[in-house]
Amino acid sequence: MSIWEYANPVKFMRSSGAALPWIVGAAVICTVGGVAWGFLTPEDYRQGSTVKIVFLHVPAAMMAINIWVMMLVASLIWLIRRHHVSALAAKAAAPIGAVMTLIALATGAIWGQPMWGTWWEWDPRLTSFLILLLFYIGYIALWSAVEDADSAADLTGVLCLVGSVFALLSRYAVLFWNQGLHQGASLSVAPGERMSAIYRYPLYLSMLGFFLLFLALLLIRTRTEIRRRRLAALQAKEARA
Amino acid sequence: MIELGKYSTTVLAAYGVSLALLAALIWQTWTANARARRDLEKQENRRNG
Repeated sequence: MSIWEYANPVKFMRSSGAALPWIVGAAVICTVGGVAWGFLTPEDYRQGSTVKIVFLHVPAAMMAINIWVMMLVASLIWLIRRHHVSALAAKAAAPIGAVMTLIALATGAIWGQPMWGTWWEWDPRLTSFLILLLFYIGYIALWSAVEDADSAADLTGVLCLVGSVFALLSRYAVLFWNQGLHQGASLSVAPGERMSAIYRYPLYLSMLGFFLLFLALLLIRTRTEIRRRRLAALQAKEARA
Repeated sequence: MIELGKYSTTVLAAYGVSLALLAALIWQTWTANARARRDLEKQENRRNG
């Protein structure tokens, strides 16, 4: 069996429909479990109870970057192999990525105020995340602005390639420019820098929950896009008859 | 009762904003999917019937 079979909308609808209840169930358990467990963790000796924000901030930031990477892969598949499902999956993922970026920025600002003494700083990582949010908004707007679906997929695919620079920058900005307020990786494996297990395990669960939530929403939204495309085709056929 | 200390407003604001954004995303995804399914079924019924 080849992965390209799922490029067939009928096959995709059948397979995703069967998998969805399980993915939705796992997403609810892991997201609610991870976030609730994180909320119940004890205070950190330096950051106090604000450490609880990490269970939302880190998973959201991780997804914000990785969703763009997923969109890049889906866009490349569209541009090279012209599979409609991959173009629709990239379109379906964008609003989820925008919300994840917004959560990362909002929780970062709320967390930054008591810890850094400011809501916002033109720090490399913060700035690259803001640009990533603008790319998400631009990507969504471009899909809406172009009437022909294939042309919209082509143009947004190219925009996705350009935006990938900022998606990667937002991940590695702290390393490229060793300055600014934002810390490095939250989940370091380096000796002495490892997060305490009290925080690490709920964070892993929350990250898994956010990933499964994304997967569930992506499948539902892609199914919506396929239905809309089919409806438009039927309406066009009826109008011609 | 969970003690959030002097940062209670900060923590609750972060959780409130995040959960509100996630709830809005889930609601929009759910309603858009239901509408697309209903519209497509209506169109297919009209075509077949």
